[in-house]
Amino acid sequence: MTRHAIAGIPRVDRQLIAALLALFLGLAALPFFGSALIVDKLTLLTVYVTLAVMWNLLAGFAGLVSVGHQAFIGLGGYFALRLVESGVSPFPALLVGGALVLLAAWPLSWLVLRLRAAEFAVAMWVLAEAIRSMVMFDPLIQGETGRSLVALNAIDPDLRRNTLYLMGLATAGAAMALSYALLRGRLGAEARAIRDDAEAAASLGVSTMRVKRIIFLISALGCAIAGTIWLGSAITYQPRTAFGINWSVFMLFMVLVGGLGSYLGPLLGALLLFALQEIFGDFGAWYLAGVGVVAILFALYAPRGIMGLIADRTGREPLSMQARLTRQGEA
Amino acid sequence: MLDGTAQALIQGVLLGGYYAIIAAGLSLMVGVVRFINLAHGDMAVLGALVTITLTQVLGMPVLLSILLMLPLMGLLGWVMHAVLFERAMKGGLLLPILVTIGLGAALQNAMFGIWGSDTRSLGADIGSLAWEGWFLPGGIILGKLPVIVFCVAVLVIGGLHLMLRRTKLGRAIRATASDREAAEMCGVDAARAHRAAAAIAVALAALAGVFLAMRAQVTPYSGPAQLIFAFEAVVIGGLGSLGGTLIGGIVLGVSQSLGGLISAQASLLTGHLVFVAVLIWRLGRDWSADHGGWHAGLVAQLARRVGRRESGAEQ
Repeated sequence: MTRHAIAGIPRVDRQLIAALLALFLGLAALPFFGSALIVDKLTLLTVYVTLAVMWNLLAGFAGLVSVGHQAFIGLGGYFALRLVESGVSPFPALLVGGALVLLAAWPLSWLVLRLRAAEFAVAMWVLAEAIRSMVMFDPLIQGETGRSLVALNAIDPDLRRNTLYLMGLATAGAAMALSYALLRGRLGAEARAIRDDAEAAASLGVSTMRVKRIIFLISALGCAIAGTIWLGSAITYQPRTAFGINWSVFMLFMVLVGGLGSYLGPLLGALLLFALQEIFGDFGAWYLAGVGVVAILFALYAPRGIMGLIADRTGREPLSMQARLTRQGEA
Repeated sequence: MLDGTAQALIQGVLLGGYYAIIAAGLSLMVGVVRFINLAHGDMAVLGALVTITLTQVLGMPVLLSILLMLPLMGLLGWVMHAVLFERAMKGGLLLPILVTIGLGAALQNAMFGIWGSDTRSLGADIGSLAWEGWFLPGGIILGKLPVIVFCVAVLVIGGLHLMLRRTKLGRAIRATASDREAAEMCGVDAARAHRAAAAIAVALAALAGVFLAMRAQVTPYSGPAQLIFAFEAVVIGGLGSLGGTLIGGIVLGVSQSLGGLISAQASLLTGHLVFVAVLIWRLGRDWSADHGGWHAGLVAQLARRVGRRESGAEQ
């Protein structure tokens, strides 16, 4: 009888992983020689990478398209702000504030994960608005006015910049490593099975609710921490920006253009969005309109994004999370 | 105090008329085309801005501008469905969400590029209609404009209902909704039925946008909030039911209006909370129906938990 086993990681992929690790270490050393401007810009890039990886985990692997994950970005920022105001040192407050969104995400998951695809998407958006209305009630935020992280201003600018950058880099690295471990493991296989055919997966004993909930919570946490790091560099907290629908548009753009459901796609998408912003950002509204148009074009004509195009050209997707079977010992 | 509450209640019901109009198109699309257009609110804003431009820049009478704008927006809906939505719907459940959120971003920012960030209103162009009202006993004021909007809402919902029940197009739309292939075998042009529904939905959104611009102000970024209100009204009233959408709009309007008695911020929050409460109630009802009632379901759930723990202990 022929037996099958899951194949090891192909050589090309191993080289890619090694290259990514080298890049990560190189970027970690950047504060020692990079200029302040570059460190600032790259902090934003790490935020984008984290957001894209998290949204891809949710949409690409669990089949949950959310247009309301700004709920967690805004709420994480709010918790961080509250912690700082109550005397917690700013940097830990950013991380803890982000982690606290799980208090909201966990009960919400019971509600929203029972909805169908499109209802889930919009319900998340409505919930983001509802949470924003509640946050605006806090006298500290004063409605639309917002509030600054004054405590961060008191820290030496170089120290602040470099710490935020390293936190952002570590978060992005952790997001990529964690999603790699998850997707290569049992959860990844279960998630793909659900995405492709929920009923068939359930009949094989996969708890669809459990898998979706784990991925939903991880994505909420990741988005929240990315959001607090962004808040750290922006300093001013305004409910309208922090809970803005633009976050969802950006996440969707990065993942869709890079490659929905591929591992490297979000990274590519984040780099692309970052580059576009650098080049065309001055055009303001027209640039954002262009982002929307490009997202539509990719959705309609290349729904698997750039990684899909690469896979079609070369025959395989770089660093694919799909497990391959090999035949093993006929003897 | 009591007068204030009664006044808020009536205002809320009338406000519900506006929500019903903007939700009617969304409800039609969700119910018969099974498609949620996340740019629905932006269509409303576009309709409003086009009407404002026709009136204030070209100097047309408001009514003429509206009558000119509605077919244009309907055409836009038809074309969008033919070019974008049909293709997106073929790509599965996720693509329509991605395409229409992209469309929303493109529209909002393009409108900002064209019309700028100024808030705009039709309030100054409709004369005394903007502020006139009837005085009822008990000091209650009934604004003319809200009453007109509410009557239009009832006409729109009733008209849509009659259209779906009585006309050839309505039958084609319903047949396509229940079984597309069977409908096509009977000679129904399913693609045409869907495009017609999209045209109606966009025109209704635009009409709602005009009413919004008459009683308040619009900016290029007002759309998402309108979509959220429309979605809330549709869900509160029950997905896919047009009569429910009118009730949903009224419930939303009344909740916001009563919340507004506390503070302006509480108004929106109350609406959201009512939406969440209805959602919890509906999901709970479905859950209990799936599990043979609340009691049986909870007992079964508990038994499973305990069973799992015991079998875990044995291993």
